[in-house]
Amino acid sequence: MLSRYVFRHETILALLLVLALALSANLSDRFFTVDNLLNQGRMLTEVGIIAIAMTFVIITGGIDLSVGSILGLSAITLGVVWKTLGVPLPLAMVVAVLAGAVCGAVNGVIIIKSRMPPMIATLGTLALYRGLAEGISQARSVRGYPEWFFVLGQGEFFGVPTQLWVFGLLVVVAAIILGYMTFGRVTYAVGANETAARFSGMNVDRAKLLIYTASGSMAALAAVIFVSRVSTTRSDMGMGIEMDAISAVVLGGTSIFGGRGTMIGTLLGILLIQTMKNGLTLAGVKGDGTIIVIGSILILTILISNLVNRKRD
Amino acid sequence: MSHSPSQALRPMSSSALLKFIRAYGQETAVLLSLLVIVVVVSLINPNYLGPANINNMVAGNAYIAVAAIGMTMIILLGHIDVAIGALIGVLASIAGTLAVSGYPVWVCWLVPVLVGVFIEAVVGVLVAYARIPAIVVTLGVVSILKGGLITVTQGVWISNLPPEFLIAQFRLFGIPSPVYFMILLTIAAGVWMRYAPFGRAIYAVGGNVEAARTVGIRPERLTVGVFALHGMFAGIAAVLFGTQLQVIQSTVPNNLELTIITASVIGGVSIIGGRGTVYGSTLAAIFFSAVSSALVFLNISAYWLRAVLGVLILATVLADAMRRRQIH
Repeated sequence: MLSRYVFRHETILALLLVLALALSANLSDRFFTVDNLLNQGRMLTEVGIIAIAMTFVIITGGIDLSVGSILGLSAITLGVVWKTLGVPLPLAMVVAVLAGAVCGAVNGVIIIKSRMPPMIATLGTLALYRGLAEGISQARSVRGYPEWFFVLGQGEFFGVPTQLWVFGLLVVVAAIILGYMTFGRVTYAVGANETAARFSGMNVDRAKLLIYTASGSMAALAAVIFVSRVSTTRSDMGMGIEMDAISAVVLGGTSIFGGRGTMIGTLLGILLIQTMKNGLTLAGVKGDGTIIVIGSILILTILISNLVNRKRD
Repeated sequence: MSHSPSQALRPMSSSALLKFIRAYGQETAVLLSLLVIVVVVSLINPNYLGPANINNMVAGNAYIAVAAIGMTMIILLGHIDVAIGALIGVLASIAGTLAVSGYPVWVCWLVPVLVGVFIEAVVGVLVAYARIPAIVVTLGVVSILKGGLITVTQGVWISNLPPEFLIAQFRLFGIPSPVYFMILLTIAAGVWMRYAPFGRAIYAVGGNVEAARTVGIRPERLTVGVFALHGMFAGIAAVLFGTQLQVIQSTVPNNLELTIITASVIGGVSIIGGRGTVYGSTLAAIFFSAVSSALVFLNISAYWLRAVLGVLILATVLADAMRRRQIH
């Protein structure tokens, strides 16, 4: 009974996280300062928000490679709709998120209707959405956002970065949906055995459409926060962020084949990656050295988790 | 006069043609699209078919075609390698570093190929024996290679490369060497996969692992072997890539893995495994250069290139999906 909890992937991750926190604190006294920790929260939000939706996507046995491009296209939409078309900024923010939702829905429709593997479909839209962002912007950036807009990406709320509230709220809502609601059960069922889910009368297509649309919307929300944090809009924003998000989700124990995974795992995955990045940087390791460690941890964790679980089976 | 030879041959040749199209449908489609683009664009701007631009189009993307050969095999097996772009960046930098350190050129060309084989063999072992999905292993490998490369080189460009090292700039009968590499390697790999037992086994395992096992194929060994072979193509591609210019940028080329995977997929490789040829992926790599060059010659902003490629990917795969559903 106890071993079931001890050998859980999440337990291994939590131990790793504690270890990483302790090591980081040991390596530098600047690590466990409120300022640093909150700042790290700012840094992880964009990947984190995308990883929340990616968890659902991967649990269904799918993948969404286009989220980085949706982020770029939504950011450009925000900039162009506001600056070039002269739409008020709050409305432009809504339009940007809607644009992301549409991109995600297009992914969903292509995957459902053509039965194309999600990896290929979103590889195509990865190129398409990034291309639209580049084509529309012609590599020009949009700047000059009003002061109030920066509250989202640079401001605080009760001493905690604004976007961290957003992230925290989304994690809780997503964890409840995935763990305790019918939709969550359907998500697992689709990933575990899609045919069986269909025959059990579940609306598999509707679930997939909703999940890919959510994935696009989350990428767009991350775009708005991103623009607010760096005060500018560029078409290359979010390039490669899909890999960071997928890494966090997979590190969190979600099976790439679908059917298995938790929101806690994803959260631990994100926290572990950010802690290691920050701890190593503070210890004097150059930014590029840190990603070597992250890559190794990703492979090793899955390897250990595989070995432990295979022994027990 | 009742049976002229041409009439007698017609039914046979048309059924042979049908058979060919059924077997190489995607390859034919890519070839036809390539021809359409070339004809249309050259009618609008004849300079498009100038010798300089043809050289540029075919030789410039040859390394992508070479890397796509290995990627095609990997995808045929039902795996994927998202680290190929980072690997090519690392191997090119290794080649360049050796070259400026004064090693003989054959060492500079050989070492990256061997390192490529070694790294991909390790990936293959992790995939085949440790049973970690290829996308997870290669995601990790991307970080390790990227981080390793920048940490070691500090992002400094490698310049002052000795001219005898720059193999991609060699010419034979006026044609740049990458073109020969691309054509010879494609044909060799294509024939090998069609006729050699090991090559045919790739299709068998990609089509149905358990069925392949019952006929005596060992899928695990085959997987490691194919990954190692893929590493060899990556090494050759890296040498061609690194010797194209007078400097090596010692960074990981952005999105290169996606271009290579896309070439394989557009060329007709089914991502579920078991179907597709390397002829298609090579044609697709040339097709990419033709499209990007066409934008320049049609005076369309190059910023639209990626959007055009995206539409092309979706169109080809959609067409393929629809054709397959008609057959069923």
